Amino acid sequence: MTVLHIANLGKTYGTTTALAGINLDVAMGSRTVIVGPSGSGKTTLLRLIAGFETPDAGKIELNGELIADREVGVPAHRRNIGLVMQEGALFPHLSVLDNICFGIRSEADASKRALALMDLAELDRGMAQRQPHQLSGGQQQRVALARALARQPRLMLLDEPFSALDAGLREQMRDATANILAQAGVATVLVTHDRDEAMGFADQLVILRDGRLVQAGSPKSLYRRPVNATTAAFLGAAIILPADFSGRTAECALGALLIAEDDAAEGAGKVLVRPEQLNIAVAPEAEWRVVSALDRGNKSAVTIERVYRGDRVMISFDDVSTHGLEVGQAVQVEITGTVHPLES
Amino acid sequence: MRLYRHRRRGAWPLVLAAAIAVAALSLLPVGFVLVVLVQSGWGTASALLFRPRIGELLINTMLLEVLAVPLSIVLALALAWLTERSDLKWRALWRWLAVAPLAIPAFVQAYAWDSAIPVLRGLWPAVLVSVLAYFPLVYLPVIAQLRRLDPAMEDVAATLGTRPLAVFLRVVLPQLRLAISGGALLIALHLLSEYGLYVLIRYDTLTVAIVSQFQAVYDGPAANLMGIVLVFLAVVFLAAEAWMRGERRYARVGGGAARQVALAKLGAWWPLFMALPLLVTVLAIGLPVVTLLRWLLIGGVEAWHLPQLAVATWQTAGYALAGAVTVCIMALPIAWLAARAPGPLQKTLENIHFQVGALPGVIVALALVAVTVRVALPLYQTVATLLLAYVLLYLPRAIVSVRASLAQVPVELERAATALGRPPLIVLVGVTLRLAFPGIAAGMALVAMGITTELTATLMLSPIGTETLATQFWARTGEFDHVGAAPFALAMVILSLPLCVILHSQATGARSS
Repeated sequence: MTVLHIANLGKTYGTTTALAGINLDVAMGSRTVIVGPSGSGKTTLLRLIAGFETPDAGKIELNGELIADREVGVPAHRRNIGLVMQEGALFPHLSVLDNICFGIRSEADASKRALALMDLAELDRGMAQRQPHQLSGGQQQRVALARALARQPRLMLLDEPFSALDAGLREQMRDATANILAQAGVATVLVTHDRDEAMGFADQLVILRDGRLVQAGSPKSLYRRPVNATTAAFLGAAIILPADFSGRTAECALGALLIAEDDAAEGAGKVLVRPEQLNIAVAPEAEWRVVSALDRGNKSAVTIERVYRGDRVMISFDDVSTHGLEVGQAVQVEITGTVHPLES
Repeated sequence: MRLYRHRRRGAWPLVLAAAIAVAALSLLPVGFVLVVLVQSGWGTASALLFRPRIGELLINTMLLEVLAVPLSIVLALALAWLTERSDLKWRALWRWLAVAPLAIPAFVQAYAWDSAIPVLRGLWPAVLVSVLAYFPLVYLPVIAQLRRLDPAMEDVAATLGTRPLAVFLRVVLPQLRLAISGGALLIALHLLSEYGLYVLIRYDTLTVAIVSQFQAVYDGPAANLMGIVLVFLAVVFLAAEAWMRGERRYARVGGGAARQVALAKLGAWWPLFMALPLLVTVLAIGLPVVTLLRWLLIGGVEAWHLPQLAVATWQTAGYALAGAVTVCIMALPIAWLAARAPGPLQKTLENIHFQVGALPGVIVALALVAVTVRVALPLYQTVATLLLAYVLLYLPRAIVSVRASLAQVPVELERAATALGRPPLIVLVGVTLRLAFPGIAAGMALVAMGITTELTATLMLSPIGTETLATQFWARTGEFDHVGAAPFALAMVILSLPLCVILHSQATGARSS
């Protein structure tokens, strides 16, 4: 069942195209993460869904009802879409409890419900009368989340909600938030520019670049089978080599590699190998030579090279399994699993 | 869910309409000047304007400006350097005392000098009293700017072998240009529109002549045409300030906390340096306060006509409060547009709002008299007209405060409230205005204190039977009743004291923001 349906959405500011041709569906109770570098249009997309901007093309539907197209729209305050922002945006003149109660309409059991939400958000009830400035960054975000949940929103939007937090706290808040939202059963759209945050939070990952949707799918499928080199590199360490394809075989500097059945291709192109697929062993007769090996204890940065079809090919990667490699050693490389062809 | 047609222009049409209405209202005095020019025709205008008397007034006014403005700048700079960049003893006290003259209205300052030393007449006494009354208008922006400067630049200059005085002249002073030119413009415009001070010192400026002409013939062509000369001078000053300010902006590059600047050591010469703030304090505060107390003492209990004082205070408070609230409400639309929906249209509107602030109060009064007499006679000499004059005079002051406090409310809070189901108008009142209120209240206080000591427009427009502190004070000095005027003067000084506190904290708080 689809909560949010976006079709062919577009937005321009003057002559700049912020978004074009966006199609996206968000399933009930799922977590969608929109990820992209700054300027990719992800915040614009979020503001269009929330109702703070109006689209120039396409439409947005919530639970099958139209909420915005280029002519008409439901005002932001009537959409019942929850929103948590980067700094939390708590009202500085209201206590924690009053912040959470802000969106609750029925006065009678407002504070009872707010206290229940504090429990859900793992906030100590003793904090109810504190002022926002007395809270830590993580606590502020929990209050903002509880405040947004108080209205039982049909969809929750999170605008880089963890980026103002310390690195250690960020991961913890990410998991806590996912947990709280799962308990509340609300479908969520989160935007971020942080890869780890996106991979860690998403059921559905959406890649935006220059206002266009590049690819959408589960984090695993996107990591394994990105459509192009930029996306491949954005989602994790990538080794990208020129290759000749023939059916399920990619012929490249690493040898003849196996391609997944669905990806079978023909002709010249590029192939993606993830560093964790590499198996490296010292072998005196092998073609690859180690040109640099920096051992940093928990990790080592290794670069190896060989001559392939008259060109020098270099591969750099971080791996814990290559401890002990020395510059000048000959190594042989084997690939486990299937590799993935990329659009060039 | 109900669907609504999108508003494509962003800003609310109602807010925009309100801002346009206020802008149109603030164009009233300029419109009046243009109508007078067109209606009187070249013959009348040249006959009335090209007279030796007008030339004499023009020379008097300009002499005053070219002497008092530079002297104020030099005095303000010297005090600012001593209180901010030297190790002078009791700097905080001297800083307060350098702001304190603002609590003494210029015409009260003049009353004190005139009644203490009655032989003070003409240009130089006028310059002296003007400088004492108005130099804080340069001092305040200069110390605010000094506190914003990055001390690293001065340190670098010192490592390049520049002597402390040369550092101030070559590195610091150029960066104070905006503050100095802005403050100097304020002083120049104040001198242009000041009336009470120069009547008491017997120095005829254009404004003095216009008001006395007006008192002889209401809505006469002579006063109106002299008013045009005044507007012309104001425009010249505005252009001169824009030219002095130039296109350059002095941005501070890079972030990081500002460090404490190294203070210049005055060494054994410090008593000599302390003589300056001491002398200024004695002249600008000591003499008026002592004179006031002397008249109060001579008058004793009988001089306190308490019923009259109570009526005047009551009426003044009423005008001040009503004026302050009206002005701030009228400033809201344009301030909201400036803070939330900036654009070329908003910028133009804002400039229109601001131009009226450069016009002398006497012009605003002349315009309102002309309009009420010719177009809306029932409004002539009513409370409404006087309030309108206050609105026009203090609108820019209110906009600055209201805009700044609206801009400090994060737009994210408005969005959060909207996402939580609050309609836009409720968000504006319940969140934005609620959070901006302290700043708006400070703006109201500034306007209210301005109204409390406003003399010129009040004299020209007040309904019959009006007894404000300023008009009561003025009536008594007109009869040389120094004793009777003293309680009213004291009341105005006391009511103006918060002005100093607000302005002092705005100027010195610049470092933390």
